[in-house]
Amino acid sequence: MYNDKNSKKIVETIQNWARSHSVWVLAYGTGCGAIEIAPTMTSRYDAERLGFRGAATPRQADVMLITGYLTVKTVKRVVRVYEQMQSPKYVVGFGSCTINGGMYYDSYNTINLLDRYLPVDVYINGCMPRPEAVIAGLAKLQQIIREGKANGAEKYLENLEWYKENQRKIAPNWIAKAPDLNW
Amino acid sequence: MEYILIKTLEAMATFVLAFIVGMTYGGVVRKITGRAHNRLGPPWYQNFIDAFKLLSKTRGIHHGAMHFLGAAFLMVTSVVSLMIIPVLAPGGDAWYNSWFTNMNFNGDLIFLIYIMTFGPLGMAMGAGQTGNPNSSIGVTRGLSQMVGFEIPWVMALVALMITYKTTSVVDFMNIQRETGTWLMFANPFAFIAAVLAMLGMFRYSPFDIVGAPTELASGPVSENGGKFLFTMMSSGSVFTFAKLVLYVDLFMGGANNLVMLVVKTFLLYMIPVLYGIVSPRYRTEQAVRWFWGWPTFIGLLAILYAVIF
Repeated sequence: MYNDKNSKKIVETIQNWARSHSVWVLAYGTGCGAIEIAPTMTSRYDAERLGFRGAATPRQADVMLITGYLTVKTVKRVVRVYEQMQSPKYVVGFGSCTINGGMYYDSYNTINLLDRYLPVDVYINGCMPRPEAVIAGLAKLQQIIREGKANGAEKYLENLEWYKENQRKIAPNWIAKAPDLNW
Repeated sequence: MEYILIKTLEAMATFVLAFIVGMTYGGVVRKITGRAHNRLGPPWYQNFIDAFKLLSKTRGIHHGAMHFLGAAFLMVTSVVSLMIIPVLAPGGDAWYNSWFTNMNFNGDLIFLIYIMTFGPLGMAMGAGQTGNPNSSIGVTRGLSQMVGFEIPWVMALVALMITYKTTSVVDFMNIQRETGTWLMFANPFAFIAAVLAMLGMFRYSPFDIVGAPTELASGPVSENGGKFLFTMMSSGSVFTFAKLVLYVDLFMGGANNLVMLVVKTFLLYMIPVLYGIVSPRYRTEQAVRWFWGWPTFIGLLAILYAVIF
């Protein structure tokens, strides 16, 4: 009965509903965007009422917020943290810097487009995005989780070679034993 | 055969009750904390959604055989203590009362003192295997804190044992029913010492030094995600409920029906929660020094009171 297509679909729907209403956020505070996380979580905007909650470690987290620009150095750490997370897992790109480099578009040591290194589910644009924008972005994430379209983890595994190649380009002598999804 | 089957069903009913009430208390505490922060807070059933989400994670890596033991020991601790502690008074008036007195025996109080320290020890092994430095620090802190609060707690229990010459929880409940006085009034020093030890036992602020989220990244559980975390979360909820029931049984005369049980345990649970909301966090040595100060002194008074009167 469990392997029946329809009952699988029902189970999947319930699971996706639970996933969308319980999102544990790992805020990877790379850039200035991290300053907007505090008002989003605390009393004025209170993201916890929608089911968002801070996660202490990557193992427990569901969604990683990349809050701002990523330097070549931090990309390594971000990739490592992303691979430590347990799927299903999602990435939210935060601010203009993750979309096109923002004000650092011609810097020699920041990356311009986050999507080349990690599968991003939702972008929140703005410099800085206000807490209202953050909550709108997270609500969008909830919506695509509920529809079952937030499959970044599978996309990452399918196109692992392409992602690893891009990661190697910016950090040539880094990933010796990649792909290591267990860390 | 039938007897064993019925006993098993009763044990399962107890477990389901403990799971539902424990998880609901967790959600209510999050709601109360939110209201104290002037937030709306999550809905009271948020913990059930979280648990279901953790259960439906598709990947869960482990770090070897010992890693499983951490979760397994916690589960064993919570279920065994729940089975030993009589949840409702055996001679109560409600028709379902006999369902919830499972495996208690003479001397179960001594067994409970032992089994309640069993979970943290298993957690220490599991956390050591993960190799995360935060886990090791968290375990060290947790065992130090346990050394702190165990002393007033055991002193309070010993005072009760000396006064009434018994080590059975059911006997204590019967004594309270016969004399008509709750033990929290019969030996107030023991109750105060036990409540002060309870602050450390439930690990809310200022004694949340084990899981300290901003400091240790949730400490011993930092390498556990998905189903491991679900096991720990649910057994933690069950264990919380079991400890509250033990306090109610010992000091507040037990409960005759489920409504009284929920009222008494909830009121008792609010002591560490509300004290925690308004408190910052102690350092480890401050916490241990605090427990070995006034709580231990009051525990000593309780024993003196028991011996002299």
